[in-house]
Amino acid sequence: MKIKWALLTLIFTIATVLTGCEPLLVLDPKGPQGRTTADVIMISIWTMAIVVVVVFALYIFIVRKYRASNQSEDYEPPHIEGSLKLEIVWTAIPVLIVAFLSVVTVVSTYKVEATPEGYNEEPLVIYASSSNWKWHFSYPEQNIETVNYLFIPTDRPIEFKLYSYGPISSFWIPQLGGQKYAMADMVNTLNLAADVPGEYSGRNANFTGEGFAQQTFNVKAMPQKEFDEWVKEINATAEPLTEDKFEELLKPGHLGQSTYTGTHLTFSPPPEGHHEKGDSGNEEVQPGSSKKEQDEEVDHSKMNH
Amino acid sequence: MDFFARFAVPNPGPTIYASMVAIALTMVAIFVGLTYYKKWGYLWREWLTTVDHKRIGIMYLISALLMLFRGGVDAIMMRAQTAVPENTLLGAQEYNEIFTTHGVVMIIFMAMAFIMALMNFAVPLQIGARDVAFPRLNALSFWLYFFGAMLFNISFVIGGSPDSGWSSYFPLAGTEYSESVGTNYYMLALQISGLGTLITGINFITTILKMRAPGMTLMKMPMFTWSALITNLIIVFAFPVLTVALLMGTMDRLFATNFFTTSNGGMDMLWANLFWVWGHPEVYILILPAFGIYSEIISTFSRRNLYGYKSMVISMVAISVLSFLVWVHHFFTMGQGALVNSIFSITTMAIAVPTGIKIFNWLFTLRKGKIVFTTPMLYSLGFIPIFTIGGVTGVMLGMASADYQYHNTMFLVAHFHLVIIPGVVFAMIAGLFYWWPKMFGFMLNERLGKWSFWFIAISVCVTFFPMFISGLDGQARRMYTYSESTGFGIWNLISFIGAIGLAIGFALIVYNIYYSIRYSTREIPADPWDARSLEWATHSPVPEYNFAIVPEVDSTEAFWDYKKKGYKLFKGKYEPIHMPNNSGVPFLMGLVFFVWGFAFVFGMWIFAVIASIGIAACLAHRSFEKDHGRYISVEEIEKTEKDLGGAKE
Amino acid sequence: MKVDHSLPLEYGTEQNRLNILGFWIFLGAEIALFGTLFASYFTLVDRTGSGPTGAEIFEITPVLIETILLLTSSFTIGLGIHAMRLGKAKAMITFFAITLLLGLGFLGVEIYDFIVYIHEGATLQTSGFTAILFLTLGTHGAHVTFGLFWGAFIILQVIKRGLTPETANKAFIFSLYWHFLDVVWIFIFSFVFLKGMM
Repeated sequence: MKIKWALLTLIFTIATVLTGCEPLLVLDPKGPQGRTTADVIMISIWTMAIVVVVVFALYIFIVRKYRASNQSEDYEPPHIEGSLKLEIVWTAIPVLIVAFLSVVTVVSTYKVEATPEGYNEEPLVIYASSSNWKWHFSYPEQNIETVNYLFIPTDRPIEFKLYSYGPISSFWIPQLGGQKYAMADMVNTLNLAADVPGEYSGRNANFTGEGFAQQTFNVKAMPQKEFDEWVKEINATAEPLTEDKFEELLKPGHLGQSTYTGTHLTFSPPPEGHHEKGDSGNEEVQPGSSKKEQDEEVDHSKMNH
Repeated sequence: MDFFARFAVPNPGPTIYASMVAIALTMVAIFVGLTYYKKWGYLWREWLTTVDHKRIGIMYLISALLMLFRGGVDAIMMRAQTAVPENTLLGAQEYNEIFTTHGVVMIIFMAMAFIMALMNFAVPLQIGARDVAFPRLNALSFWLYFFGAMLFNISFVIGGSPDSGWSSYFPLAGTEYSESVGTNYYMLALQISGLGTLITGINFITTILKMRAPGMTLMKMPMFTWSALITNLIIVFAFPVLTVALLMGTMDRLFATNFFTTSNGGMDMLWANLFWVWGHPEVYILILPAFGIYSEIISTFSRRNLYGYKSMVISMVAISVLSFLVWVHHFFTMGQGALVNSIFSITTMAIAVPTGIKIFNWLFTLRKGKIVFTTPMLYSLGFIPIFTIGGVTGVMLGMASADYQYHNTMFLVAHFHLVIIPGVVFAMIAGLFYWWPKMFGFMLNERLGKWSFWFIAISVCVTFFPMFISGLDGQARRMYTYSESTGFGIWNLISFIGAIGLAIGFALIVYNIYYSIRYSTREIPADPWDARSLEWATHSPVPEYNFAIVPEVDSTEAFWDYKKKGYKLFKGKYEPIHMPNNSGVPFLMGLVFFVWGFAFVFGMWIFAVIASIGIAACLAHRSFEKDHGRYISVEEIEKTEKDLGGAKE
Repeated sequence: MKVDHSLPLEYGTEQNRLNILGFWIFLGAEIALFGTLFASYFTLVDRTGSGPTGAEIFEITPVLIETILLLTSSFTIGLGIHAMRLGKAKAMITFFAITLLLGLGFLGVEIYDFIVYIHEGATLQTSGFTAILFLTLGTHGAHVTFGLFWGAFIILQVIKRGLTPETANKAFIFSLYWHFLDVVWIFIFSFVFLKGMM
């Protein structure tokens, strides 16, 4: 019976750690999207904990009670085909649990996919593109571009446009919300927001080869006023991003943080979904154009049937 | 010398040189040993050319155990590298190769082979058949698997291992980002062994549908046979998808086509979709036979019939259907939008329902039973709680919005290991201990068996539970190192300690096999476990024709009825038995496929053409061959039965 | 080998019945294979990159000829099996030979078609679309090629050994295979060519 105690101790330890004083990144959200997912995770953990407790209790009870050493020599276990009533019970209860979790999932999935609500300002659009093994952040509105670090204003929705100059990468800032893929032939949209100023870590979560482990970036969330000052300062001091310079940045390897005025969107526009003929890299893209997103939806529904 | 330059490994390190030496020494040792003991003829006649399902099963078993150690060494190296922050035991490239081969070897060449081993050995016996429907194809299946596995394994020392993960996502796996021949090996080795698996699927469906003992209707089949039937149905419909995906991947890499490239209209997402349309059913191909094994063992050692037989069958059918409808949950984060993700979340979580039904049926089989804690039973009892943890975390991962946070993290790694290890690996070890006396005529040591169980069961928890925590703390999977400030160190160190425990547990199993071969008594009854299904109604080890007289059946547990109620299992008298002839062609064809695959890996087209002609020649030979098998005479049967301790009445 | 004479020759022995069932299951796998190819085709059909679209390269005449050849061959192999059931080995061999010749004709036109595509700038490497086009057609074509050899072997065996439960079984299974290739072609004709030309 040692194993059960070992298991229970471990579960207890996990529960302590999850709720303990040093919170885990995913369960210590700093924005609305991260909060939603953290809530969903906690709901699912508690629901599943009930399941685990019921199964374990039943299991321990049965295995203790019906062990051979606990029974008389001449006990002959009965032949029982099954019980329709009981089988309906343990079909119906899981169905109810799954139904409950399905509702939670659908509501929360729509919520984290949409622009976070409750903010007065329009979303800030940032293009986040990965290349081996770096992240490039373009702020078309502010006309600046950064490498491997991200400054964002708090209390304002951020709309990330994700794509890749290489293998499939996954853009992830655990404390702000879930991740999404950046791919070479289409743009994905990820909606996040930060409520609390502070520094957060971000990374590529999807394996991209040799330099994958170090493909990280820093996120600094600050009030809008500070953000505007930062933008002003960059526009005054940073070098312009030329096409040659960008080509150099794309080369496989690791880079520190750097900042430029202008963005690569002008000379190296992001892929436009994957509709039409595939070689659409040459068309001019309006940041945040809604037509593009619709087309992406259509293509996906076609692919996943 | 330019010709040979291509075979060099791109990033040679001490591990690779050590492996080269080890492989060379092993080959020399095998060669010398066989020659010294004059066993070449024996090896060829009794094993390499055999078409006997029991021997093929045993060959699968040996290969699976070998692969378990290859994959296990990979695992230990990974855990050692990540045990402390900023470790330099392995470089990034080595680490990437190792986790890639760990995944492929464990899933395709270890778990699949283990499942095939037990299916091959037990299914024909459980249904009272003399062999499978197509014994020759069965041998071909094995040799295709075996040479596929060998092809994959030599990549480590010739030309370089694959390094883009076991899921081999394009464009990372394309020539642009993965220049070495490693991924070619992946594509071709999986193609060859996948062909073998597909053939097994066809073979076993036909066998189970057509060759059951008289009276054994579908609803009177043992649960393991049921699980084998459903598994093979999944194989037949899932593996062709892999075939096509691998074909496209091979063409992209060797002929510069644009299936999965990021230019000229290629689509990287197509690979991900095709891979998981196969990949998810593949998980159930592994787990359903395991469920079947647990059903047999739990029923045997509770001394009770299986509770809820019908709902067990229905839930397996439900799982097999759902397994084809959930693949998108492997990439909720690819941006298909809330609607698609919601649908696939629900189908994913729905799998918990039939799985839950099975868990409760097992619990109620134990209830009112008389539970005996043998080694196979301990593994089956260990499976229930640990698998429940793995299972409920699977439901959590199925919730799309939350998955955005679990995806690609150690949380996911913890989940699938806690499903696959208790689900599949425990079942295979349990099945190994359970059927071992039937295979070899002696039992494995129970004391050592129990020790290995406790080592493995506790170590699994120690290894993988910390990953839930580090995953939620933001540790992505597949990172060869991490900095100290992340705080992942402690969790990874605990994992490493657990991994050592696992290694000890598996080493104990091997030692157990060695110990039992030397010291275990050969005087055991045909039915040492007091079991319930037909395989225990014949001798141990089983004569080549399985049953001297084909048994007749009229319940789910005819052998139990025979023991307890005096039901007459074997009616009629001895008659000459028709058996298939041995053949060397399957082995040769496997060998030619190996050459064929190797030629493709390196783009050596002359060899590829020659090998293709060789394959065609084997097929043509089979077409024109006249092989009507042979008969075992009544006198011979009588003699064998007498030697084995008298026929069963 | 026990032969049950109440059944057609090809079903006569236990092994024959197993072979036929096994082959049906194999065809199930083939459906999954071609199903995957079609699904991939529909995914990639519009992804032509800088290369031509289907409408730009497809021509109706050769495709119609291929269709007629293959449909006729499916009919003649049916006649071959009918002759086999009547025990007329010679007629059966003739019909099988005609079937294979029609198959060979089909293959010839298909290769001609491939050459035309390549001349019009649609090579295997041109785009996602051309890759999946060649792969889908090529997989079917490879099946036909394999069938030509297989059928020829069976004809030789019937000539040498006459109509036995074994040869009849092989011939019958081959006919299933050939009909299946015809069905696949009908899908290719409708969903690749007709749809592509519209």
